[in-house]
Amino acid sequence: MTAAEIRDAILDILHDIAPDEDLSNLKDEVPFREQLELDSMDFLDIVMELRKRYRIQIPEEEYTELSSMSSTVRYLEPRMKGI
Amino acid sequence: MYDTIIIGAGMSGLAAGVRLAHFGQKVCILERHSAIGGLNSFYRQGGRTFDVGLHAITNYAPKGTRSGPLAKLLRQLRLAWEEWALAPQLGSSIVFPGIKLRFSNDFELLTSEVRRHFPDQVDNLRRLAAALHDYDQFGQSGANRSAREVVGNIITDPLLVEMLFCPVLFYGGAQEHDIDFDQFSILFRSIFLEGLARPLAGIQKILKMLVRRFKEHGGELRLRAAVDQIVVKDEAVQKILLEDGSELEARNILSSAGWAETLRMCSAATAEEVASPGRLSFVESISILDHAPRSFGYEETIVFYNDSEKFRYEKPDDLVDLRSGTVCSPNNFAYGEPLEEGVIRISALANYDRWAALAPEEYRLAKLRWYDRLAASAARFVPDFRGVVVETDMFTPMTIHRFTGKANGAVYGSAEKRRDGTSHLKNLYICGNDQGLVGIVGAILSGISIANRHLLK
Repeated sequence: MTAAEIRDAILDILHDIAPDEDLSNLKDEVPFREQLELDSMDFLDIVMELRKRYRIQIPEEEYTELSSMSSTVRYLEPRMKGI
Repeated sequence: MYDTIIIGAGMSGLAAGVRLAHFGQKVCILERHSAIGGLNSFYRQGGRTFDVGLHAITNYAPKGTRSGPLAKLLRQLRLAWEEWALAPQLGSSIVFPGIKLRFSNDFELLTSEVRRHFPDQVDNLRRLAAALHDYDQFGQSGANRSAREVVGNIITDPLLVEMLFCPVLFYGGAQEHDIDFDQFSILFRSIFLEGLARPLAGIQKILKMLVRRFKEHGGELRLRAAVDQIVVKDEAVQKILLEDGSELEARNILSSAGWAETLRMCSAATAEEVASPGRLSFVESISILDHAPRSFGYEETIVFYNDSEKFRYEKPDDLVDLRSGTVCSPNNFAYGEPLEEGVIRISALANYDRWAALAPEEYRLAKLRWYDRLAASAARFVPDFRGVVVETDMFTPMTIHRFTGKANGAVYGSAEKRRDGTSHLKNLYICGNDQGLVGIVGAILSGISIANRHLLK
């Protein structure tokens, strides 16, 4: 998957988790925690959705890599190359 | 072989089921009854749908709220706010002799009422709100402190203390008189700081939504599937025996039946594992009216009443405690359209043993007699509705026991909670009101958090 495709995949997951959120103005550099008030339960859900949809395993100590859209895409790009 | 078998299709079991099935587990929910819902259910009678349990949903938050229990629950179950379409309360009150404290979903109303009736306690009320423990998904700080002690040190007028404890204990007190301060914090927040609401269609809307979600993800719901025995071998559940003789196996078992109730199902529970069930139960009368309550001047959502300065939250000696109670009108929420009929529901503490000792004919008569007494008792505190009643029903601690399996009809479960959701067996977990969270939002969060913590790793 390309960076743009990964970004869309993450948006899709965020939309499922928080269907009431308008994600069209999401700022890629600002942490999800600040913009969407995601908490640890929500981050765990992003991890589990990635596992469910793309079979990607993310070790617990690397959850912090998913803090914003840009860091998430950066982290996932090499890991989702072949998908 | 299932990944998880869940005992009980109440709010907590269904919510856990949705989470597990969503993430690909093979899940089966076993429900003893032909109806789902457990403590929060509904039934049809004479062409009408009656709610059981639900007066109001606590933890109200308006659309767009991103934090707090309701927002958390909606995200975890992948629900949009509109799917619950909660209508906020119109306004409620706590009524003691000669004094009435109104409250709404805006904490400022309660604050101004306290300023009026207890001028020297306003700052203390704010201090109490600030001292509440932060909401935690497991409802625990591990502190185990008496709320009577903590609150009594902050609010120095004993009458105000009694008045604040009245709704808190009625909506979640599993033990007599007192409650753990963590639990107090959760309940106080959920009632006074977040507030009360109800979906127009009542509890069935929420239950049906959970079942639909569960089945969409491939979950299996079996009604009339009563567990006869949890067969234990080598400190783990080996299999589940159903009353119809069939056997089921699963990697993990999650029981929402209650801690003592679950232990009783286990084939090998040792003496030290015997838990004491709760002992506090309720009756509830339901009156269908041929007028909307507001037509005779009753516009409040919930009235918590107590007829003396001291609130006694205890198992009464008589069948019903007429000294205190809760009056709820499901009509008095801010819906877009009115309910079809007027409804008044009154709950009061009741004695399970006294009801259980009645012969069938005495039981039937007692229901009628105590309906009248309860209505007369409540009419001291709310406009008298008895002239416009067209149909009545009444449920008792026996009814609760029959439909939920809760020992002693104890709706809030045991006084001792299993907060981390673990049990004495390595693959058996506990959710629901004996895990520690009560109410509809609490029950759902209990199922979600125990599923997340122990079963989704």
